[in-house]
Amino acid sequence: MKTKPSDAFSPGPTPTFEESAKESLSDSQLRRNLGKATQTIRRKRAVAVDEMPDWEGLREAGRALKERVMRHLDEYLLRLEESVTRAGGKVHWARDAEEANRIISGIAKDNGAEEVVKVKSIATDETKLNEHLEKEGIKAFETDLAELIIQLAGETSSHILVPAIHKNRAEIRELFMERLGAKDLSDSPSDLTEVARLYLREKFLAARVGISGANFAVAETGTVCVVESEGNGRMCTTLPPVLVTLMGIEKVIPAWRDFEVFMQLLPRSSTAERMNPYTSFWTGVSEGDGPREFHLVLMDNGRTDVLADEIGRQTLNCIRCSACLNVCPVYERTGGHAYNSVYPGPIGAILTPQLVGIGDPGPDSLPYASSLCGACYQVCPVKINIPEVLVHLRGKVTRHKQDRGGPRQKLDPENIAMQTAARVFSDPQLYERAQRLARVGQWPFARGGSIGRLPGRLAGWTAVRDLKPIPQQTFREWWKRNRGSV
Amino acid sequence: MRVALFITCFNDTLFPETGRATVEVLERLGVEVDFPYAQTCCGQMHFNTGYQREAIPLVRRFVEVFDGYEAIVAPSGSCVSMVRELYPMAADFAGDGRLAEKVEELGPRVFELSEFLVKKLGVTDVGAYYPHRVTYHPTCHSMRMLKVGDAPLELLRNVRGIDLVELSEAEECCGFGGTFAIKNADTSAAMLSDKIRRVLDTEAEICTAGDNSCLMHIGGGLGRLRTGVETVHLAQILASKAEEG
Repeated sequence: MKTKPSDAFSPGPTPTFEESAKESLSDSQLRRNLGKATQTIRRKRAVAVDEMPDWEGLREAGRALKERVMRHLDEYLLRLEESVTRAGGKVHWARDAEEANRIISGIAKDNGAEEVVKVKSIATDETKLNEHLEKEGIKAFETDLAELIIQLAGETSSHILVPAIHKNRAEIRELFMERLGAKDLSDSPSDLTEVARLYLREKFLAARVGISGANFAVAETGTVCVVESEGNGRMCTTLPPVLVTLMGIEKVIPAWRDFEVFMQLLPRSSTAERMNPYTSFWTGVSEGDGPREFHLVLMDNGRTDVLADEIGRQTLNCIRCSACLNVCPVYERTGGHAYNSVYPGPIGAILTPQLVGIGDPGPDSLPYASSLCGACYQVCPVKINIPEVLVHLRGKVTRHKQDRGGPRQKLDPENIAMQTAARVFSDPQLYERAQRLARVGQWPFARGGSIGRLPGRLAGWTAVRDLKPIPQQTFREWWKRNRGSV
Repeated sequence: MRVALFITCFNDTLFPETGRATVEVLERLGVEVDFPYAQTCCGQMHFNTGYQREAIPLVRRFVEVFDGYEAIVAPSGSCVSMVRELYPMAADFAGDGRLAEKVEELGPRVFELSEFLVKKLGVTDVGAYYPHRVTYHPTCHSMRMLKVGDAPLELLRNVRGIDLVELSEAEECCGFGGTFAIKNADTSAAMLSDKIRRVLDTEAEICTAGDNSCLMHIGGGLGRLRTGVETVHLAQILASKAEEG
């Protein structure tokens, strides 16, 4: 299990997906936990979506709205700033993670906070806010049950929505007994949540600063929205006198009425619910109700680079529902840690390399962590064509290697094989000669009617699969002989 | 009707029997088959692996070779999806407006075999006889990119003597994914093991599909484990007749 953050958003090189997946794939407990969880949630999602007669229309509306946001992002962000300020909030602009973290710790310090309570927020995971706060002498308490579990375990999230999906009840029971001193604890969900609730209540009441992410922020009204299930978010956003929200700039939506679309798309796609239990909206500050101070931190951290890419920019449409993770046959088997990023699964495979840039072996390997089966695209509530972006990014990774890699890159067996194949396919005569050569060349490997072992990278295939030898006659040879027309 | 057979380099070299079966089925239905000899590869492997610059000449070649045919038929959902769904992206990448126009015009004329038979010819019974217990795996690209739907199953249901059994979790990928099976061999194998388990659960003798690439993957696993279950391309089942069955 991964305990220290060596992910794509931390400095230094990141392990590749292939390397990390090897580890996850051999963890039988993880395989079982994940298989069970993703199969259950994707069946439920299918039911929740099937009962909507206009689901395809909603998806298209969601896509179109997000596309409009991206086309006019600058205008919507300025309008959002104006609306939030008018409602008594303060807006901060952060170029990158470091700047965002500095702004947030500054606000906490200004308010004399030594402890802060947090709503589940992937944006703050992206910036490694908790680590930063700790360095500044501020302790951050995660209040989402699953976030609490992984924080106590010293692990990282493995799912966008269910960060502790890799853990089962028995494992959580042990963790709570060890870390929270719970005695005589059963592994029933109600007992486990009760322990967490008692622990967190004190934190909610004592904290002077609450920190959240945002699912949406409305440019027209300045309203920020957090969608959740447990009510911990409602506590964090209402009890502490100071509230700070960190939000990626792509989360802005034009108008209040757009919730009609997104609030139908999001819960059904993520938790397979018609409506999630808690949806909090706040607009600046209100006298005598909720926090006295509200700060909205708008963060870029690579997003404008994504925006500049015509094919890649649809990635920013993501509303973090995690439906793509739950249907992904790769994610189901490797789990989220193999992606070495706070954004795992298919969406992570396209978002991470775009946010951090091409050139680090870890993120560069992510676009290849897919069989391009297309299940993710089929369920995406805002119709992000994930396979298309994966292929696009594979191209960028390949060209980066070819154009900027050293001589070792040029001698890469894959590159040589692909160049050779491209030449062979460009000339029918060469192609036919290659077919004949392959037939002759395979003899050292073809024994007893099948090929059981191949050399080099191809050994990955024959590790668990046989290969039929190339037949003695190609189709075109048969055609020539039997139909005669060339 | 006269069609061009797009055999695909994969079938041409590794599964010529699928090509012969495709010709057999089409001719049985009175379709005149032409085989443009200059065809090689559609460029999918290059394009999907990231070698897009290298794929562009292959896209151009394909467009030229198949120019002028009313219909182009291939026994592969995957290669057809490359031509129909990804050639526009390739043309954009090449920044060639002329090529973009050509692939736009070409796309609707390219068919996967089962959709050509059912949707274009309106035939669901091709007069086949195949007395075996068979399960059908819908390949990802034929199902999600081409949306062939139930066309292959409709054809199979009308095969005489067949005992067609449903595959559970059929829509889940077998783990092939082209170079994915090499680059992420372990993850691919994990996906394959579940597919194999489900195929074995059906107690079928034969697992069929519209793509030999996926079948080579599933069959490679079934063979290695000496399960005695074989993989056979849909075209070959459709081409089978009483005297051969």
